[in-house]
This record gives sequence, structure tokens and C-alpha cells, in this order.
Amino acid sequence: MTTTDLLSVFPLLILILWACLVLLLDVFLKRERLTTILTAIGLVVTLGFSISQNNLNLTGFNNMVVVDNFAVYLNIIFLGSGLLAISLAHDYLKRMGINRGEFYVLLMFSISGMMLMAIAADLIVFFLALELLSIPLYVLAAFARPRVESEEAGMKYFLLGAFSGGFVVYGIALVFGATATTNLSGIAARIAEHQADIPLLTIGAALILVGFSFKVAVVPFQMWTPDVYHGAPSAVTAFMAIGAKAAGFAALMRIFVAALPTLSEQITPIIWVLAALTMIVGNIVAVAQSNIKRMLAYSSIAHAGYILMALVSYGQSSVASVSVSAALFYLLSYAVTNFGAWAVVIAVEKAEGKGLALDDYAGIGRKYPALAAAMAIFMLSFTGVPPTLGFVGKFYLFRAVIDGGYIGLAVIGVLTSLISAFYYLRVVVIMYMRDGEPEVRSEPWLNLTTAFTAIATIVLSIFSAPILQWASQAILSTF
Amino acid sequence: MAIEFLPIAILFVLAIALAVFIVFLGSIFGPKRYINTKMMPYESGMTPIGPGTRRMNVRFYLIAVLFILFDIEVIFFLPWAVVFRSLGLFALIEMLVFIGILLVGYVYAWKKGALEWE
Amino acid sequence: MIPTTYYIVLSALLFTIGALGVLIRRNAIIIFMAIELMLNAANLAFVAFTRMYGIIDGQVFVFFVMTVAAAEVAVGLALIVAIFRTKHNIDIDQLNNLKG
Repeated sequence: MTTTDLLSVFPLLILILWACLVLLLDVFLKRERLTTILTAIGLVVTLGFSISQNNLNLTGFNNMVVVDNFAVYLNIIFLGSGLLAISLAHDYLKRMGINRGEFYVLLMFSISGMMLMAIAADLIVFFLALELLSIPLYVLAAFARPRVESEEAGMKYFLLGAFSGGFVVYGIALVFGATATTNLSGIAARIAEHQADIPLLTIGAALILVGFSFKVAVVPFQMWTPDVYHGAPSAVTAFMAIGAKAAGFAALMRIFVAALPTLSEQITPIIWVLAALTMIVGNIVAVAQSNIKRMLAYSSIAHAGYILMALVSYGQSSVASVSVSAALFYLLSYAVTNFGAWAVVIAVEKAEGKGLALDDYAGIGRKYPALAAAMAIFMLSFTGVPPTLGFVGKFYLFRAVIDGGYIGLAVIGVLTSLISAFYYLRVVVIMYMRDGEPEVRSEPWLNLTTAFTAIATIVLSIFSAPILQWASQAILSTF
Repeated sequence: MAIEFLPIAILFVLAIALAVFIVFLGSIFGPKRYINTKMMPYESGMTPIGPGTRRMNVRFYLIAVLFILFDIEVIFFLPWAVVFRSLGLFALIEMLVFIGILLVGYVYAWKKGALEWE
Repeated sequence: MIPTTYYIVLSALLFTIGALGVLIRRNAIIIFMAIELMLNAANLAFVAFTRMYGIIDGQVFVFFVMTVAAAEVAVGLALIVAIFRTKHNIDIDQLNNLKG
């Protein structure tokens, strides 16, 4: 092991070590407040180390990990999501009577899996990262034990997650069989030398695509999403919607753009169909939902479809990097908006699964104008209306898709966005137009999160140039 | 290739035929007395208490879960032991780190009372 | 020597049986076993390819798959025990509290 190796995984090592320490401290001292603070400190310190890796472009452990700007960008999203998840969970866990210190430790382990996913450059590492991020999430989904909905969510997430893991592993086995290596640079080299077994490689790549499609909730592999998002504690769902999705897309982008661009002839049509189906099904089924958590679950499926659009043109090297940075920017905008929307859901939610119906939002506009305004901002951002982050994200994404020559797909994207306006704006209409007696929690960290994300959604959209600049520098290092 | 396996195939056929033949002989010539003691399930000579398909205590699962984890993780010792001499001190430190991480989990399980029966 | 293709065909069959098992069976424990079958089909493919190419990478991968599978099983069993305590049933068709 060299210094470069150590340097490339340094933030990750810090986070895992810290998680182990916090786990022991929590079990010996049993002080949840201390655990919360220590977790936040650990994430902030790791964030600092991650940012310091910007522009370093390290490779470590014989090309098994690559720390490029792409990885740094994603790591910042993961760690930021972790911090937002803590601020959402802090009071929520107490209110729900599930204030256990393990929540924070599992969160840190899951984040370390996501960070490993972002820097992975070998299929073995991808698999390990996938499991390291998923296994804590299974437990977190069932965290409100013994509430049967939460246990059921955990079980469903576990079964589908393990099932998709099987596809990923078998896909990796076939890719290994086709190229005699699991290293992405090695795979790219073998293909370039015409020594790869292309049919076997294609089947393997398709299986890997299927496996990760489960993780990011792409139709037709989305059936677990509404149940899991509904049953899991809301703070967990908010984190899961971003973290697992961003990590899954990180893996897809890294594997396909960096190692398998030559397969685009076979893979691109599959991705095209998946993206179109996901946008259509996600948005149409969301219209029929009367529960806000299930509506947001279908909305997250639909957004997975939008992000998947960026991958369609992955084989054209001139467009690929633009598409990747558009997808990265979209992930950031989705992350900010999503956490804001879930913060509002948590504010309205009551114990025992009450306060989750859309009707419970009636009258919020009159009684709690600030909260209603924030929710309206998030819904507009989800729809993609200016001046919000969602609009800027969709704009760059659609432009990248059109640059790639997939105008049909872009048209489907725009049309489904119009459908989505119906159910997003319905929430706004219910909040302002209908009378009701809503009860809303006012907890300091929750309010802070809502205010922060709402302001960020507006302000970052106006000053989006530096972020886009940053995202466009977050290019995958190709081999 | 098929010829190489012919002796084994013959051996298989002979073995199965012999087994069937002997059981067949026993069922023809053997005395048949169905008494209670004889129809009892064999449990290493003990008198059976209750049906064999009864429900296991949930606590067994808890122990089983912990056992699976710590049992399988030992698999990494095998390749480590194979290359230990060529890697030297570094490998030793790395394995100590690995055991340290396992120990964290063990201490957690212990402290949570997962190892206690009651 | 048995050609590698035979092993790959066998592993593909095992993988298919596992995947079908997950989709068809209703008992959570059996679904578990089907998932394990899928992972072990992949392991078989890894070992077969490793021998074909005369390299060691695939065997290392098998170690990782086995350990990760154990970790998964531990979490899964714990979830099953938790659900069994609340519902006294592990039939996944009975898991229908979440509906839209």
C-alpha cells in the first residue's frame, strides 16, 4: 500500500473509523444527543477531506479506486444529504419514539458505501459498495420496529435489494468471463484489443443494468418503491430517495461511460425504452395517489427516468461528458428539492401513520403561510417551473438529450413533465384553496432545513452558473 | 471423453443395482413385526419427546445470525495465510485491523445483550 | 477435462431457478434460499472462468460474494424474526399493510 492508495480512500477511512467509534460510544454511554452531535461532526470533517480531494485525480490500489472530480462531486452530495437527513431525523425520531443511536451509525455506514461507489473503478468494489450502502438501508427502513408498516417496508426492500444484488453479481461474473478482468480500465483495454467475447459481455452489461435499475427505481423494476417509501420512517425515506439513487446512477455512469462505450449500439435502445417507460409510468401513476409519501415515491421514480435520459447518449464521446454533468446537476437539484419536500411531510406527519393524506394539507396556506410557501416552491421545482432549481436542472438535461440526437425522448420528457404539473400543483391548490384544520409541528432543526432548502432552491437557480461550471468539471476519468 | 468415465458409470450402475437387490431380498425374507417401539423415530437412543417438526425458539435464530457472521468472515484468513510470508508485517497489521472491525461488532452485540439467553 | 461451457450452462440454469424461485415462492425463508442460489450460480461462473483463464481474480471475488451474502442473510433473518414476532407469519402475501 502506497501513500497514494491511502490518500485516495482517506475520507472514507475517516468516516468508517468514526462510525465504529460512535457505535461503541453509543452503546456504552447511551446518550443519543451526543451520538447525533458526533455523527454531524464526523460528516462535516469527512466533507472537508472530500472537498480537499478536488482536482487531485488520484488512482489507488492498482486502479481499483479512482478519485476524480466526478467522485468528489458525488461524495459532497452524499455527505450533504447525510447532514440534511440528520437535521430531519433529530426531532422526528424522538416524536416517533424510535430515538435509537443506531440510526446515526447506520446512516454513516450507508454513506460510506455510497462514497465507495463514487470512487469505485473495479467491479468487485462496485459490488462491495452496493452492499455496504444497501444493508444499512434495509435496517433503516425497518427502523420504526415494531410498527408493522416499517417492518414490512424493510422486508420488501431487503428482498428486492438482495434480488437485484444477485443480478449485479451474475452480470459481473459474465463480464469477467468475457474479458478476464473485473477492472474497468482492463475491460476497456480488452474491448479495444478485440479480445472480449462481445455477446457474453452484452448479456453481463444488461444484467448489471437490470440490477442497478432496481436500486434507482426504474420501470419495470420499481414495484418496491411506493411500499418502501411509504412504510419507512420519513427521515429515512428522504435520505434513501437521494442517496441510493445518486449512488446507483454513479455506478451506472461510471461503468457504462468509462468501460463499455463500445456496447452503446446494443445498450442504448434498452436505456431509451427504460427511460421513456419510467417517465410515463411514474408520472401517470403518481396522479392517482392520495397519500403524499406514495405520491413522492412515484415522483422519485419519474425523476429516475429523467436522470436515466442522460445515459442514453453515453456512447457518443462528444456528448457523454455534457450528459454526465447535466445528470450530476440534476441530482443536486433533485436532492435539495427532495429534502425540502420531505421536511414539509415530516412537519405535517403525526404518529401512527396519520397526517399523510393529501387532504391533511388543506388549510395550511392560511394557517402556516411560510410552510405553504416553502412547499409550493418545492412542488414548482419538482415540476420544473422557473425560477427554481428543478427548472435549471431539467433545462440542461433536456438540452443534453437533444444534443445527443434523441429528440423523441426529450419530447416524452417534456410531455410527462406537463402531466406531473397536475399532481404537484394539486398539492399547492389543496394547501391554499381548501379549508381545513391542519396541525403542523414546529421543531427548530426541521424549520431550519425547510427554510434552507427552500431558499437554496430559489437562489441556486438564479446563480446556477458556478454550480454548473463545477458539475461540468466533474468529468469521469476515462481509460 | 465419454470412454474415460465408463468405469465410473459401470461402478454406479453396479452399486445401485446391488443396493436395490439387497433391500429387495430383505423385504422378501425378513420378518415383519410392527410394534410401537420399533415405529418410533430414532433419536440416538433417547425416547422422543414431542413431534420432530415443532417450532424452534426465536432465540436460536439470534444466535444463528451471529454465528453466520463471525463464521463466514473467517474465510478471509485463508488467502491471508497463503500469502502471509511474502507480505510480512504489513499483512499482520491489516489482519489486526480486520479483526478490530469484527471486534467492534462483537462488543456491540455483547453489550446489547444478544449473547444472553434470558 | 470438462469444457468451461458446461459450467456456465449449469450456472445459468441455477441462476434461472433462483430467479424464478424468488418470483414464484411465497415463504420469505424460501425466497432467501432462492437468492442464495442466484449468488452461488454467480460464484460457480466465477470459479469456472477463473480456471479457464488461469488467473486468481475470480476466486477472490467469490470470497467477497460469500461474506457479503452472509451479512445479507444475517440482516434478512433478523428482519424475519422481527416480523414473525409482530405478525406470527412469514408469508410475504400477508405483508399487505402498505397499499396505495
